[in-house]
Amino acid sequence: MTAIALHDVTVRLGGRPVVDRVGATVARGEWVALIGPNGAGKTTLLRAIARLVAFTGSIVLTGRPSSELRRVELARLLAVVPQEPATPPWMTVAEYVLLGRTPYLGPFAKEGRRDREAAAAVLGRLDLAGYGERRLGTLSGGEKQRVVVARALAQEAPIVLLDEPTASLDIGHQQQALELLDALRVEAGLTLVAAMHDLTLAAQYADRMLLLDGGRVVADGPPRDVLVEETIARHYDASIDVVPVDGRVAVVPRRTRNGQSSRS
Amino acid sequence: MSATAAETSEVRARGLGPLGAFAAAAFLLVSVVVALLVGPIGLGVGDVLESAAARLRLPGAVSPLTPTEEAILWEIRVPRVALAAIVGGMLALAGATYQGVFRNPLADPYLLGVAAGAGLGATLAIAYLPDGLRGQRALPVAAFLGGAVAVFLTYAVGRSARRERDAATFVLAGVTVAAFFTALQTFVQQQNSDTLQQVYSWILGNIPSTGWPDVWLVLPYVAVAAVVILALRRVVDVLNLGEDEAATLGVNVGRVRLALVVAATLGTAAVVAVTGLIGFVGIIVPHALRLLTGVGYRALLPLSFVCGAGFLVLADVVARTALAPAEIPLGVVTAFFGAPFFAIVLRSTRVAP
Repeated sequence: MTAIALHDVTVRLGGRPVVDRVGATVARGEWVALIGPNGAGKTTLLRAIARLVAFTGSIVLTGRPSSELRRVELARLLAVVPQEPATPPWMTVAEYVLLGRTPYLGPFAKEGRRDREAAAAVLGRLDLAGYGERRLGTLSGGEKQRVVVARALAQEAPIVLLDEPTASLDIGHQQQALELLDALRVEAGLTLVAAMHDLTLAAQYADRMLLLDGGRVVADGPPRDVLVEETIARHYDASIDVVPVDGRVAVVPRRTRNGQSSRS
Repeated sequence: MSATAAETSEVRARGLGPLGAFAAAAFLLVSVVVALLVGPIGLGVGDVLESAAARLRLPGAVSPLTPTEEAILWEIRVPRVALAAIVGGMLALAGATYQGVFRNPLADPYLLGVAAGAGLGATLAIAYLPDGLRGQRALPVAAFLGGAVAVFLTYAVGRSARRERDAATFVLAGVTVAAFFTALQTFVQQQNSDTLQQVYSWILGNIPSTGWPDVWLVLPYVAVAAVVILALRRVVDVLNLGEDEAATLGVNVGRVRLALVVAATLGTAAVVAVTGLIGFVGIIVPHALRLLTGVGYRALLPLSFVCGAGFLVLADVVARTALAPAEIPLGVVTAFFGAPFFAIVLRSTRVAP
């Protein structure tokens, strides 16, 4: 079953197409990594899927056109982990994660037992049990990242969009965060679409990669097919080697003799 | 995924706990009692209570006060205290609301041009209306209209912005409209220097001792505004994450923000129309509470309402007694005592607002 179907999606910012006639589908339970150089349109495409920016073309989520959904219906279908989430320092972890229950509450309602159970379950799953009373301002970068993911999961949406979910983490925490997301994907049948910069890590977790450049999809397929030296060199303006490691691929930057990146 | 009962009970948002609610209510109560007892004619606590009991027709209660004292208590002091409480509560609530909605710690009821518009309305009324109309009734109406027009303009200017309409756009529009209205107001004032004194005293702000009519005038607006804002208080916490994140959590940001801003502005315009410009309440009260308690908006909004009421009741006591029989403008008192108090709170805390 298709979780996300994009057809001819175009986003113009300041008259310029930042996302240009993108077409792609994401199957339910799939992990798709959105890769591409800076300014390729990854974040804007995610924002279009979350309906945070105006677009032309069509975006269909689990069979329903996103433009026909009410905001609250959209929020029950799709959660977003932004690149730089707002984490008010005075807010407690419990309060923050409970905000994820907003789609299930009317504008005048407050959280009930069911909502607190859902939040507690997510906190437990993310090794954050006992963190409920902590203020966001006292958390480390890794803890904060997990709390933001917890808020998105408390939303209980089948699709989760992540924008650079590991950008601020060290390599150990990157691995932990991605392992966790992958485990949750399997457990809860989540569909994940994540914009990622680290190609080697992305290749290890993603089922499929969508390479964007200049707002267009220039490659779409399993990591092995997308991470090809020629392709990466052309679109990233980088010189790299793609090295097979135990059946996976690693992307290794290559330094040329004179220290300049070489483009042949 | 499932959680034990113990884990679940630990996961809750800090609402208005019994301790906070009690402390805030006690503060307001003490303020009101002090304000009722203090004045040119001293009234005893017991006498006031017995008089209240008699008014409530409790069996066996007879007021020990003379008819003059009765009149002073029920026709002057009680309505003045009630008005101060309503005005203070509204200004503090509106301040906290603007701060939450616009994610701007410096936002207060005077943002969005409310004060400038009300000031222009009042100045026009004082300068140009014939003497017979200038009195008690016309001035509040003119101020209210001016405030409402200013906010409407702010909203129109903000909406006309071609770029994405975020909170900052409306703040900038408010500053623009306020600057324009202030210029107009100064111009009118200069052209009519004979009424300068009257305009000036209105701008400084005071709680009038005009009895119940002013209370009944502002109460409906403040009641509606407070009900709307307090009902939406959880959503203000969501808005504090920013527009995009609030939207992805299913909040219709534009509609909720409009409801909150309209409510806060209507309430503010109504009280400003009656009392003139009383500054600082909308900034000092919410910030002091935030620093003292560290709670989110869902608790901060009701706390601001109650403590703002107590704060202005006390400030009004100072205003009418410090230099008795002369009165100090209330706006001067709120700034004179509020600012140092806020500095102390700021200094003695390490929790960032």
